[in-house]
Amino acid sequence: MSDVQNKQSPYPVIHALECKACGRCVLDCPKQVLELGKVLNERGYAFAVYKGEGCSGCGNCYYTCPEPNAVEVRVPKVPKKEITEA
Amino acid sequence: MAGEIQKKCVDSGREKVFKKPESMNDVYVRKGGAAPTATHYCPGCGHGVIHKLIGEAIDDLGIQDRCVLISPVGCAVFAYYYFDFGNVQTAHGRAPAVGTGISRARDDAVVMSYQGDGDLASIGLNETMQAANRGEKMCVFFVNNTVYGMTGGQMAPTTLIGEVTVTCQDGRDPDCAGYPLHMCEILNNLTAPVFIERVSVSDIKHIRKAKATIRKALEVQRDGKGYAFVEILSGCPNNLRQDSKESINFINDQMEKEFPLGNFRDRTAEVSPLIRPDSDFSKAKLDEIFNVSSGIEYAKPDPDFKDCLVKIAGFGGQGVLSMGIILAQAGIFGGKNVSWYPSYGPEQRGGTSNCSVVLSANPIGSPVVYNPGILVALNRPSLEKFGKDVKPGSYLIYDSSIENYTPPAGVKTLCVPAVDIALKGGSAKAANTVMLGVILALGKTELTEKEFEKAIAESFSDRPKLIELNLKVLKAGYEWAKENLK
Repeated sequence: MSDVQNKQSPYPVIHALECKACGRCVLDCPKQVLELGKVLNERGYAFAVYKGEGCSGCGNCYYTCPEPNAVEVRVPKVPKKEITEA
Repeated sequence: MAGEIQKKCVDSGREKVFKKPESMNDVYVRKGGAAPTATHYCPGCGHGVIHKLIGEAIDDLGIQDRCVLISPVGCAVFAYYYFDFGNVQTAHGRAPAVGTGISRARDDAVVMSYQGDGDLASIGLNETMQAANRGEKMCVFFVNNTVYGMTGGQMAPTTLIGEVTVTCQDGRDPDCAGYPLHMCEILNNLTAPVFIERVSVSDIKHIRKAKATIRKALEVQRDGKGYAFVEILSGCPNNLRQDSKESINFINDQMEKEFPLGNFRDRTAEVSPLIRPDSDFSKAKLDEIFNVSSGIEYAKPDPDFKDCLVKIAGFGGQGVLSMGIILAQAGIFGGKNVSWYPSYGPEQRGGTSNCSVVLSANPIGSPVVYNPGILVALNRPSLEKFGKDVKPGSYLIYDSSIENYTPPAGVKTLCVPAVDIALKGGSAKAANTVMLGVILALGKTELTEKEFEKAIAESFSDRPKLIELNLKVLKAGYEWAKENLK
């Protein structure tokens, strides 16, 4: 999970413990802002991490992830600006 | 696409969140173990992706309380860990039969079966086709990953030509193992199905299409319109020795070539809800169906009565099974708990058959009799087969036509001229009734003559002419035994 979050931008929340490091989210991220980390989680997987900025809030990583609890995407409401999916 | 995002995700007011559907559990308490929040699926497995799509569609349609998932044999055998609604886990390939039962019993249920290619296209092929042909109200999610996953990556009915698995190490050879089965195309030949579509969950583009299709198939169930079949091309990176990239490419480039995606049928707009008559499971109705009319529901308490275990054996056609039924019926009239347990070959006549009858004042644990208190053997093979099971002190009754038989030591043996007595009474076929008379005379059943007579009358109620003959023969058997029992 990235520590630095711009409250106005969408961002993924990766639950490190639940990630099995299959890398599907990395492949399906249109902004290429996800990568597999170098640190192992408790279960022994080098979990995916968010590079910290650039998430468009499309939800691709959530949908392509096979683990129901591993990733969620939070999209703050921005009244004027429309959120677009790349 | 902004509008679509709003529809898809949880709106908490301040932000929208893409996350695990409500109809899936937060913690998989049934799974337990060291990682109770993770699925048991391998990294990159398609099942988790599909589970989430199903869960999300159920959330969206508001049908969670009506849902029953039938989980298969295969990796998704544990689907009940993850979903927070009804689930029945069935034997291999039998999901359509169980789904049919649930759908017929609960007309309002949203029945889903979730099956892999081994489960559905191999052992379950017949049941799948029959359920589809009947247009059962169920939604079938057919997860096709071209391989038996749970058992370690063996060739499946859907394995591609040339694809290597552990049981086709040089690739699937059609001359030896045939061709991949196309389930959508096969089912599309049937009249009843309402919705048939093949989708893929290889990558995000395909997942989003699959999501809409899964939702549509569940809408068919929500509206009770009939049978929906969704084939989902999915990855098994672990068994196919692929990483995620290779898995995606394999599905997109090779599987899709063999299994073209697309809608095969969508009759949702033209069909109306299928209304089946209500199932009546009331006791009165069941009693009527099974012709239960005795009125005695519980055995009379009798602490002194010792369970009476009877085995009756002979040729098919000698009245072995019906003799057991009459004895059990007499037991019911005498206020006992009874069981009758037949065992016979495929022959109507000539094969050997036997039945076990238990009379008890207590609930009967098992209807199977291994060491009978009374063995009735009407022919030599059954005497030889079961005679050795009779313990000292128990009774062994056999027909006198069986000569030169040496019974086990300590067994009380009665060699009854049953056929002769029956012939004198009017019919050789009544030899079984002679034996009933002998059992009556032994007194081990503690049943009365009246109760045996009533049971015979009940048993022959559709052939009244035979009642008198059998009552006469019963008496003759009883009297023979009284005379010969010392």
